[in-house]
Amino acid sequence: MSVRLASRFDALKREGRAGLVAYVMASDPDHETCFEILRGLPTAGADVIELGFPFTDPMADGPSIQKAALRALKAGGSLTRTLDLARRFRETDKDTPLILMGYANPIESMGYAPFAEAMHACGADGVIIVDLPPEEDTALRAAFDAHGLSIIRLATPTTDDNRLTKVLDGASGFLYYVSVAGVTGANAATADAVRAAVSRLKRATQLPVAVGFGVREPEAAREIARTADAVVVGSAFVDEIAAAPGPEAVERVLRKVRILSEAVRQAREPGRAMEGTPA
Amino acid sequence: MDARRNWQDLPDAEGRFGSYGGRYVAETLMPLVLDLERAYRDAQADPAFAATMADFWTHYVGRPSPLYFAERMTEHFGAAKIYFKRDELNHTGAHKINNCLGQVLLALRMGKTRIIAETGAGQHGVATATICARLGLPCVVFMGATDIERQKPNVFRMKLLGAEVRPVTSGAATLKDAMNEALRDWVTNVADTFYCIGTAAGPHPYPEMVRDFQSVIGREARAQILEREGRLPDAVMACIGGGSNAIGLFHPFIADENVRLIGVEAAGRGIDARFEHSAAINGGRPGVLHGNRTYLLQNEDGQILEGHSISAGLDYPGVGPEHSYLSDIGRAQYLSATDDEALEAFKLCARLEGILPALEPSHALARLGDVAREVGKGGIVIMNLCGRGDKDVFTVAEALGVTL
Repeated sequence: MSVRLASRFDALKREGRAGLVAYVMASDPDHETCFEILRGLPTAGADVIELGFPFTDPMADGPSIQKAALRALKAGGSLTRTLDLARRFRETDKDTPLILMGYANPIESMGYAPFAEAMHACGADGVIIVDLPPEEDTALRAAFDAHGLSIIRLATPTTDDNRLTKVLDGASGFLYYVSVAGVTGANAATADAVRAAVSRLKRATQLPVAVGFGVREPEAAREIARTADAVVVGSAFVDEIAAAPGPEAVERVLRKVRILSEAVRQAREPGRAMEGTPA
Repeated sequence: MDARRNWQDLPDAEGRFGSYGGRYVAETLMPLVLDLERAYRDAQADPAFAATMADFWTHYVGRPSPLYFAERMTEHFGAAKIYFKRDELNHTGAHKINNCLGQVLLALRMGKTRIIAETGAGQHGVATATICARLGLPCVVFMGATDIERQKPNVFRMKLLGAEVRPVTSGAATLKDAMNEALRDWVTNVADTFYCIGTAAGPHPYPEMVRDFQSVIGREARAQILEREGRLPDAVMACIGGGSNAIGLFHPFIADENVRLIGVEAAGRGIDARFEHSAAINGGRPGVLHGNRTYLLQNEDGQILEGHSISAGLDYPGVGPEHSYLSDIGRAQYLSATDDEALEAFKLCARLEGILPALEPSHALARLGDVAREVGKGGIVIMNLCGRGDKDVFTVAEALGVTL
């Protein structure tokens, strides 16, 4: 279990608010612009950073992140370059948890043990691998445990109680609730559905619950932040880069992060934990 | 080898063939593939399911397909006797329908009301659209925009059969992108949709299920050659893209250790660092894509490469996981043939046997002489002629510089 993730979620709980998990794709639109974005994220209000590593075949992603992956690959992005960006970020910020997100094959290609060592060396905290369900992550978990790194598991609208037991066995860092059956950046779930799902998950685990997929607007983020421990936003930031894939992307993304962060921070009354949420 | 005793028990409970296979899918899909596995086990245990399949095979698909003694090819090479398993005579012109029939019947059993499929050359799309028309289910076929342009006749056939052909423009707009898009559709329409995968790949139980549905090819061939020659063949051969026709031919012979199993991959413009081929086993290395661990064309960072083959049906950067396993343990042997060799074999088969083979089995035909000579006079080789070449006449004309 990553120490940085645990202490960040503890701090959020003490503040009585939800966190913002901000996703950007490594090397999108290029390495240096991406680094500038990363460096600015904590000040702009990102509580946790999710750094995507590009893959040619992102089969659970919608058009926004598919295009981001293609831009990143075109700019020379790779898992190695992603780890390098993580290392440079960590030199500027010791506290903000940074997790990698992507698909299994680049990690398979590098090898689980070398990947775990590289993650540890660059100061990254965990990983979300879309196509590595619990049935397939045993070997990676063993490599990660040696370095105190987290594998963040996903629960979805198709996760029934039996499945949830499997998902939670070995889960670490936080639980990522994929709020809609679909790809990233597509339709948003209703507030009622998210509320019901989060309270069900919280009955089953002590881990913080972050909610993502389809969250683009401050209203939706605010709604989710009333019950969840964190809100994950990705496509909305990535779209800012798509709209202006040059140096101006930095300010565009950070402005969007500030807007969403503010919405998340204002979701609950100060100092008061939400109904149904353990204080 | 001890592993060999377990051949027919594979995959294991986790869907593994050795270190290959598995279920590398998004968590949203996990309950669905587990549910599919339960439904498949249930269907396997139900004699009525097998009886329905058999009835369709006989009266709709036209099975058993003949085992044909290719006399002039045999004379031409002057070595082993050559037989063709004539799966190109099936309804829709290829082996693909064997599998589509099984999967769509299973979908009906599961109460699914919508079928999706991916297609490259369009053969699996046409076969799926055909069965969906017959069984009255709506069908959406994902096809790369590039392939739609290359395979217009099959696109029109699918539409005539009532399917919706959805162009895929992501990535390179070919087969692997069509598969990505089908997975995106499935993850979005989890309640009503059945994904009919066209080859012996994807998450468990697909590789096993597709193999089982295609094994009718090998079961028939085995019985037919025993009746005809009174003995088993020395070698059985088939082309390999994802490898569904090959695994269907191989599997019933797998315990017959004296029968050589030979797959032929597409070497495109040559197996070298340019990766202008589709030979995942001969020119790739193991990795994870589309739900399974298997040999893949990839760069040093694990990014998937497009590959190339003159045959759209072999133009896929991966291969079914059971082939990866059979290759590693040495039970099957994987050769390759280039675009040019396949074209030559296409012409040879047309002239000697009066059969226009599809470009896919033309790759197996291209290595047939070598294998017949290795086996030698008095031996027997069976090659699966898994598709007919009508769909390829435009491609062949273009390759030969002929304007139609």
